[in-house]
Amino acid sequence: MTEQANTQDLLSIEDLSIVYEVDGETTYAVNGLNITLKRGETLGLIGETGAGKTTTALGIMGLVPNPPGRVVSGKVVFDGEDLLQMPKEKMRGVRGNRISMIFQDPMTSLNPVMTVGEQIAEVILIHEGVSKKASFQKAGEMLEMVGIPAVRAGDFPHQFSGGMKQRVVIAIALACNPDLLIADEPTTALDVTIQAQVLDLMKDLKSRYNTAMILITHDLGVVAQVCDKVAIMYAGEVVESGDIRDVYENTKHPYTRGLFGSIPDLDHSVGRLNPIKGMMPDPTDPPSGCKFHPRCPDATATCAASEPAPVLTETGHVARCLMLQSMVEPTDVNRVQG
Amino acid sequence: MSQEMTLDPAQGQLDKSPAKGAPKKRSQWLEVWHRLKRDKMAMLGLLIITLVVLAAIFADVIADYETVVIAQNLSDRLQGPSAQYWLGTDEFGRDIFARIIHGTRVSLMVGVLSVAIAIVMGGGLGAVAGYYGGKIDNVIMRVMDIFLAVPSILLAIAIVSALGANLMNLMLAIAISSVPTYARVVRASVLTIRDQEFIEAARAIGASDLRIIFRHIIPNCLSPVIVQGALGVAGAILSTAGLSFIGLGIQPPEPEWGAMLAGGRQYLRHAWHVTTFPGLTIMITILALNLLGDGLRDALDPRLKH
Ligand SMILES: Nc1ncnc2c1ncn2[C@@H]1O[C@H](COP(=O)(O)OP(=O)(O)O)[C@@H](O)[C@H]1O
Ligand code: SF4
Ligand SMILES: [Mg+2]
Repeated sequence: MTEQANTQDLLSIEDLSIVYEVDGETTYAVNGLNITLKRGETLGLIGETGAGKTTTALGIMGLVPNPPGRVVSGKVVFDGEDLLQMPKEKMRGVRGNRISMIFQDPMTSLNPVMTVGEQIAEVILIHEGVSKKASFQKAGEMLEMVGIPAVRAGDFPHQFSGGMKQRVVIAIALACNPDLLIADEPTTALDVTIQAQVLDLMKDLKSRYNTAMILITHDLGVVAQVCDKVAIMYAGEVVESGDIRDVYENTKHPYTRGLFGSIPDLDHSVGRLNPIKGMMPDPTDPPSGCKFHPRCPDATATCAASEPAPVLTETGHVARCLMLQSMVEPTDVNRVQG
Repeated sequence: MSQEMTLDPAQGQLDKSPAKGAPKKRSQWLEVWHRLKRDKMAMLGLLIITLVVLAAIFADVIADYETVVIAQNLSDRLQGPSAQYWLGTDEFGRDIFARIIHGTRVSLMVGVLSVAIAIVMGGGLGAVAGYYGGKIDNVIMRVMDIFLAVPSILLAIAIVSALGANLMNLMLAIAISSVPTYARVVRASVLTIRDQEFIEAARAIGASDLRIIFRHIIPNCLSPVIVQGALGVAGAILSTAGLSFIGLGIQPPEPEWGAMLAGGRQYLRHAWHVTTFPGLTIMITILALNLLGDGLRDALDPRLKH
């Protein structure tokens, strides 16, 4: 697998599994996940609440809270190096510098007793070895870049609206010009009109600096608007992934089809995720075989028995469903997964 | 793109008002002060404490230490309040008013310094325990529990008896006996702050543990510590008086409120003023500190913020 990995890949997650162990009960949050991403690419990571999206993001950052969380297996190869094997000190130099993360709620992801200028300057100070003065200077520039006047650097977070706070968070995340930006539902907590502005800003900045991005969201419209690739997560696994147009137009997995509604249409309004009949499986006791089988409209007897392997569809993306497996050669297709 | 953003009316105007150019680092504390100002009882407390502090600063101007405060004048002993001796005289004929004024120095010094020592020691231990959790937390907090199992005044008595009765040991004893309280307060607020998203965000920008503790967690724990500190000064003043009352604190002839109470105890029947005025002084000072502490708690309450 590794020898086949494309050397151009910025990020290649291989067989990542993460569990949470609480009171003797094990939650299987991420199960054998594979994702690859090239420089400058944007991947949309979609899935219901509890699918393991945030845990995946924390896994990349090396921030899975331990205890109760534990990375059981896998690799997170970033620019040729496995982050999971990296010494703590060195990993600190990667966070905020080469990989940044934006959290869901801008209301709570800023320190209430530090000015926004100090908070932007902090990440610059940590990574760029510049003077305090220079870091504040750059913090002001970053503020301007996200559309906030630099004079407001001395204000505290509570003096800003939600949308502006998220701009500050974006300024912090991009201050050291990272190669990869992970945005965990960055607009969920914002008003609809503000959502669009923040999204535009992120899109603009990431293309200007050629930053790769993993955008975690519930919103298919957002994915269609911003992403090159998409990966649909269910119960800790990627069930379908690939080029966004291909996945939207040639949807293969029953779960994805359910999410998109009966007629997925990239060019017209693709709205929010369709609710799917049934509940997410209990992550402490995942179903046997295909984890989607209790809810799957196409399920057959074999689905409860054997686990589907990733399969390359005829149009060139990857899906995990036993119904496809019979049609295509079961080759190792991990490397084309997105 | 950036032009588009700055022209954007929704964000261009919404939040303009607080920005008047220069960074305002203190605006948060100004807000607390504005809220505190509205609390009449807290302001009364603050007024009294200000008077006590002024008395401590200007004690020598008000009454000379050598000739008035400690010099005995047996011909005037146990006199009631009069124009000459506003609060009367004690069993050695010393002016009680002057002694109370000079007594503020010891009370304030022990109160403030012992609380400062306790905050640094207890706060540090509590922060480490709360941040790291697990075994470290367990060891630190169990030791604190042992301290807490002994009544703090008994602990202070034991420490002073062992080390000797002087000002330094008195402060140390009172500080040590209240270390567990601060450890608990700080640990509890570290536990709530540790799990907030901005701490995770700080980790995500590559901040070290030390930076997270000192730059992000401790500044957010200050409110409960300030409140506890105001109440703690009251407790420390009371402990000083208590220890002096039983002869383990400040030694005569130095004026100290608790020691004055003890001295006047035998004359309670025919010279009530000897104990009453120092007693009232202690009571009013403690009350003022508690009023201020309660007011601060309300003014700092995060639920009332914004
Ligand atoms: N700190 C934690 N402790 C225990 N379980 C957790 C923790 N964080 C997440 N989980 C569990 O892991 C699973 C995946 O959660 P998460 O990664 O947050 O999903 P998503 O972001 O897709 O909603 C869920 O079942 C959740 O309950
Ligand atoms: S493997 Fe079976 S249960 Fe799973 S998605 Fe395919 S048809 Fe549905
Ligand atoms: Mg999440």
